[in-house]
Amino acid sequence: MSQRYLLALYNNFDEAEAVVKELRTADIKGFNAANDMVVKSPIEHPEVEEFIGNKPVYVQWFTLLGASLGGFLAFWLISGSQANFYAQMKGGKPIVPFPPNFVLTYEMFILGGVYITVLGFLILSGLPARRSPLYSAKVSEDQIGVLVKGDEGSVPKLREIFTKHKALEIQEEAGR
Amino acid sequence: MGKDIREDIAWAQINKDVLKSLESPRKAYWVILLVALLVFGVGVGCEVYQYNMGMGVANLDNPHVWGLYIASFIFWIGMSHSGTLLSAILHLMHADWRKPIYRFAEAMTTFSLLTAALFVAVHLGRVWQIYYALPYPNERWAWPNFQSPLLWDAMAVFTYLSSSMIFLYVGMIPDLAICRDNIHQGWRKKVYTILALGWEGTDRQWRNFRMTYLTVACFLIPLAVSVHSIVAGDFAMSQQPGWHVTSFPPYFVAGALYSGCAAIISLFVILRYVFRFEEYMTLPILKKIVRLTFAIAMVWTYLNCIEFASVWYSHDEAAKGVLIQKAIGPYAPFWWAMIFCGSVVPFAMMVKKWQTNIPIMFAVSLLLNLGMFLERWMIVSPTFSHGIYPWTFDHDQWPSMVQWGMVFGSFGWFTLLFLVFCKVFPSVSMYEVKEMVYHRSLQSKKEAAGEELAVKGAN
Repeated sequence: MSQRYLLALYNNFDEAEAVVKELRTADIKGFNAANDMVVKSPIEHPEVEEFIGNKPVYVQWFTLLGASLGGFLAFWLISGSQANFYAQMKGGKPIVPFPPNFVLTYEMFILGGVYITVLGFLILSGLPARRSPLYSAKVSEDQIGVLVKGDEGSVPKLREIFTKHKALEIQEEAGR
Repeated sequence: MGKDIREDIAWAQINKDVLKSLESPRKAYWVILLVALLVFGVGVGCEVYQYNMGMGVANLDNPHVWGLYIASFIFWIGMSHSGTLLSAILHLMHADWRKPIYRFAEAMTTFSLLTAALFVAVHLGRVWQIYYALPYPNERWAWPNFQSPLLWDAMAVFTYLSSSMIFLYVGMIPDLAICRDNIHQGWRKKVYTILALGWEGTDRQWRNFRMTYLTVACFLIPLAVSVHSIVAGDFAMSQQPGWHVTSFPPYFVAGALYSGCAAIISLFVILRYVFRFEEYMTLPILKKIVRLTFAIAMVWTYLNCIEFASVWYSHDEAAKGVLIQKAIGPYAPFWWAMIFCGSVVPFAMMVKKWQTNIPIMFAVSLLLNLGMFLERWMIVSPTFSHGIYPWTFDHDQWPSMVQWGMVFGSFGWFTLLFLVFCKVFPSVSMYEVKEMVYHRSLQSKKEAAGEELAVKGAN
């Protein structure tokens, strides 16, 4: 059965919360709330996460990886070049002096952490992205959007729920 | 004190006001831009002259090898501090009054660092040899000295610059999407569409965004402190009198925060007028920045006193000689001007009425930054004039017009970059101001409901 997308716009978070809660509990054939529903909002709103259900964030693993790699790489490159006697004459001083090398290691630890965190953010957020099937500029202004995907047969029921919760506008488009 | 922001501003109005700033600023914007261009032109002229004639025209000699170029480098690095550092600290502390002002403060960081980096190149004379500062192997086996604070400096500044730019950009993505959705044609539309990366404000995007922004903020705080500590290390790790002081790193960090806060006040006043941001850059927010600046001014004053005391009582005759020479020698007018601007003028910020008086606070902020510039100059030059070796005693040197021209030009360069940024990108964070308005209005409603319940209970 072909898929359809529906986007309903709401005036405030309370209305969006009510509709999301109903969609999560409703038993609609061809629609799975956990995978087929997206809430779009103009601001970061931690309560959105509460009402759409707990979804883990993995950005911090990228941070750990980036910072560790950055620090390791810095120390390895610097001490590697210092240990190359043809490149650097040490004149009896320590071949790999730890305290001064720590400074650059620390800077690269941060640099790696920041770069890879942002890379993780892009990957996990699915950015850069093409526009999703339905998008309204009102979402970046002052309205909250609830985007759902479902089988053609589920559309009337989804529409009914959106309308019941006073959707300002409902847009519909065939799935890709 | 009034509210930081009106809680009944419509979200659509916030978009409208900020987007308007991208299109039609007051005429003063163009006047300032033109003046900045002319001032920058002076700097470019001086650099071209110096490039053709050699470093002699800068009047740098031995032992005066650094002069105003390195003093300006420290000044601009310092100026960069408050933007990202304060933004990150206030973000972690949930101080939401930062929201209308942090964007331009972060931009200030980026452009200050770009200005500071120019002075490294200018000071080299042979500008094309700047790659020697970078840690990479080359065919002549001339490896950079990994134990030198100068190399640490290059690495720290690069890390800070790139991380600050990333922090600024990531924080701006939701606003770039607003610009993309509301500007309908031309090159701007293309730029915003590319930079917004297809942001749609989905729950998944916001969830990852929040964690990323928080994590990068956590990295930036120790990074910012390390950058200015390392700059302080350029001096403190040498054996020069007046520089070999244990308190130099915290002194530099406090000075950096101080000049950055003063610059935030100056730019706050300018942007508020030029872009008609009276609704967002409000007087209660100005008052908060002023109080913060005063607190940092007192920290800086304390660290100054500590430095003087440790030099005075350490019985290091050379260091003591430099200190005495600063107070009564040829640099005395500038040194006393530094003390006056940095430690006396801030007391004007204690007068409650003046804390929200825009012309007075603007003048105070300029004086504070004058003091901070003099501070950097007074760190560099007096030590060279009265060094540890007899042949350097009383070798006074006055910077040439070429040096002054370059310093002057750097202000034009900074202003130019900053104003162009504010005209192309939103200098007030729209989505965060919406959050601020939303949460504050919710809080007010809760308080009102609580009071109503209390009244009912009493009845």
